[in-house]
Amino acid sequence: MGLLRARRRDPVEAPIAFVDRRLGSASFTKQVLSYVFPDHWSFLLGEIALYSFVVLIGTGTFLALFFSDSQSETVYHGSYGALNGLRASEAYVSVLNISFDVPAGLLIRQTHHWAANVFVAAIVIHAMRVFFTGAFRKPREINYAVGVTLALLAILEAFVGYMLPDDLLSGMGLVIAYAVALSLPLIGGQAGMLIWDGEFPGSPAFWPRLFIAHVFLLPLLIAALIGLHLALMTRQKHTQFPGRGRTERNDVGTPLWPGYALRTAGWFLLIAGVLLLLGGLVQINPIWQWGPYEPYLSSNGAQPDWYLGWLIGGLRLMPELEPRFGGHTWIPNPFWGGALFPLVVFGLLYLWPWIEQRFITRDRRRHELLDRPRDNPVRTAIGAGVLTWIVFIFYGGAADRVLVSVGFDYVGQIWAYRVMAAALPLLVGLLTYRICRELKAREVHPLRGWQGSTVTRTVDGGFTSVPDEDAANPRGGDEPRLR
Amino acid sequence: MSLLAALAIWNRVLRNRHSRRGLPAPEHEPEPEVDPSSRELPQDPRSEGIAALLFVLAGLAGVAFAVLYIVADDTQLLGLAAGLALVFAAAGLFVTGLRVVAQVTAVEPRPEVDDPAAQEEVADQLRSGFEGVSRRRLLTAAGGAAAVGVGAVAAVPLASLGPRPGQRIGQSAWARGRRVVDHEGRPILADDVSEGTFVTGFPEGADMERLGAPIVIVRLDPEAFDLPPQRRDWVPEGIAAYSKICTHAGCAVSLFRSPLDQSTAGVAPALVCPCHYSTFDPARGAQVTFGPAGRALPQLPLMIGRGRELRAAGPYSAPVGPAWWGTPH
Repeated sequence: MGLLRARRRDPVEAPIAFVDRRLGSASFTKQVLSYVFPDHWSFLLGEIALYSFVVLIGTGTFLALFFSDSQSETVYHGSYGALNGLRASEAYVSVLNISFDVPAGLLIRQTHHWAANVFVAAIVIHAMRVFFTGAFRKPREINYAVGVTLALLAILEAFVGYMLPDDLLSGMGLVIAYAVALSLPLIGGQAGMLIWDGEFPGSPAFWPRLFIAHVFLLPLLIAALIGLHLALMTRQKHTQFPGRGRTERNDVGTPLWPGYALRTAGWFLLIAGVLLLLGGLVQINPIWQWGPYEPYLSSNGAQPDWYLGWLIGGLRLMPELEPRFGGHTWIPNPFWGGALFPLVVFGLLYLWPWIEQRFITRDRRRHELLDRPRDNPVRTAIGAGVLTWIVFIFYGGAADRVLVSVGFDYVGQIWAYRVMAAALPLLVGLLTYRICRELKAREVHPLRGWQGSTVTRTVDGGFTSVPDEDAANPRGGDEPRLR
Repeated sequence: MSLLAALAIWNRVLRNRHSRRGLPAPEHEPEPEVDPSSRELPQDPRSEGIAALLFVLAGLAGVAFAVLYIVADDTQLLGLAAGLALVFAAAGLFVTGLRVVAQVTAVEPRPEVDDPAAQEEVADQLRSGFEGVSRRRLLTAAGGAAAVGVGAVAAVPLASLGPRPGQRIGQSAWARGRRVVDHEGRPILADDVSEGTFVTGFPEGADMERLGAPIVIVRLDPEAFDLPPQRRDWVPEGIAAYSKICTHAGCAVSLFRSPLDQSTAGVAPALVCPCHYSTFDPARGAQVTFGPAGRALPQLPLMIGRGRELRAAGPYSAPVGPAWWGTPH
């Protein structure tokens, strides 16, 4: 009796004891609860991607319960009167039904689409943080490669999802993807036939393939790699910025319980909440305005989702180079902008840790403390240059919108952009290098101004200088503080 | 760009303000005796109240979502209610996490991950597995053969996913005598094609969804054409037909810049693909005049048949659609 009463008095301990007696989990749980997360706003970027993925799985499962992957022609008789009697594929009609006749269907669909855009964006910004702070350095090269693979898969997964509704824009995207597949030298024709099961628009087997890729293969792969990404992260623990008491041998921050658990749960709810607000209030991809796709239809002013903008730019800016020789087209034109460009970018990303170690820093030590971008001017300059290259080509892909809204001649724009896409990255790279060198020499923070250093006199008469992180010196102070 | 430039200028200003020579680069290895760990209890009843209020608001917004779902099913209102429920709950959690519970900064030692002794032991263990085996080379080679065989069993069925390309890519149903019809199957007459517009046509009775099917038909001044000699009679009365599928990336060439339109008066006529703005000259066999396309649109020779119906006078001049390895010159 006494034992029972004691147990009843402690409702927290009772379930822990129940599980621990069976699994021996208490000491592990204790470790988990005291696991430390270093504090910096930039460490939340990866979490945005993670939590967007959770939202994508939830909303996507809901949508999959209504979507049809069939290309059979049917007639639309739903509640959207403007399209009544339209002949279109069952896939297109099922997305119309989700949008107009499934209760809360449009909310879920638009939230899903917004979440996909945020997912890829968060991954890209997270990758930039990792790159510019040197977080990819030894011992994290493997986890960095996992992350780059996740970025690649996320773009592919988002693209395939964008193709599924079989509307005009998705069809235009698909035929471009087909042309890029065909453009691969030597193997392209066979690659296209294997993916589409015949020449475009493919056999009826193609649509279930697209659907299975989007709802099973790619999400499973992404989920598995996210699991691996997080497992490796907890094994190696977090990087941290240099600061008071932070060394290469420790992690300083907020333990999981109670502070971090509450904050990160709040972060998840905030992201999901904002995505729902976007899904409810900001229209995205109104496929009933684009209409169904037929290969003989296309629309002016078509722009893809943002994460494909760089490829559209690459395809549009490329001159008409298409080498032919000996009865073959060796390199069909879409290869340059649609295949080679992303291959170069992702190849550089994958190889960067080794390039840097081998040719730039010659540094094979472990690094747990992060660089500020200025600390490695060469890396920052190359990163800024490549980023400028990608972003500028992205912008070049919108030259038709510039023509419509500003009136600049399209042909003139393209010629100017071809030159600038080559020149601007060099310019930005050099400028970044200079700025980094100066910032490094002068200890100036780009936003907070000059920060002091604490110079300490050691027992044997020498001096050590430590950057001042305490903000005890809010104006930045002109003189180093002597202690 | 301008941001960076501003940064550079501002940097100069700062340099003038602090005209000292640079301090030594910061050492990122501060004195090890500094212990940053701390634990504070906020004991802040006001924040506890705010958190509670936010959680109640989250609950109310959630209930509103359920009610709206039943009575209104309006996307905007549903999104607002659902989003606010989550955002309020998030705000409540932030206040709780930052102003209510103990604020702890902890230091966790970073374990040394590598263990050279263990690395050696693992290598020895792996090696010792095959201790006493005499024909190791033979076994390795044979094992490699088995790996290739098993790999083939896994990979070969993938070849079923599609046919061999052969002559399939770029094919079309167009042939001499094939009637030109519109998307509802009605014949297109020579007089349906007037200068300044373009008409989309298909081979009668063929699958309209194939890339080889659609053509654009335009009428130009017969004097304006500049075609190779063998194509002279491909454009009866100045009516020319080209594949509607762009030779660059396969989109439909659905823009026609006509000299009769006021906005483009005086400009040469052009067929333009809206995907990547490849531009083709319909008076010169749809040669590429701008943009990424690597070759002209295939031309379909036309003739005007009985009842002034348009018919194909032969097959396309070249394979249709985006190029691949097998596309000849």
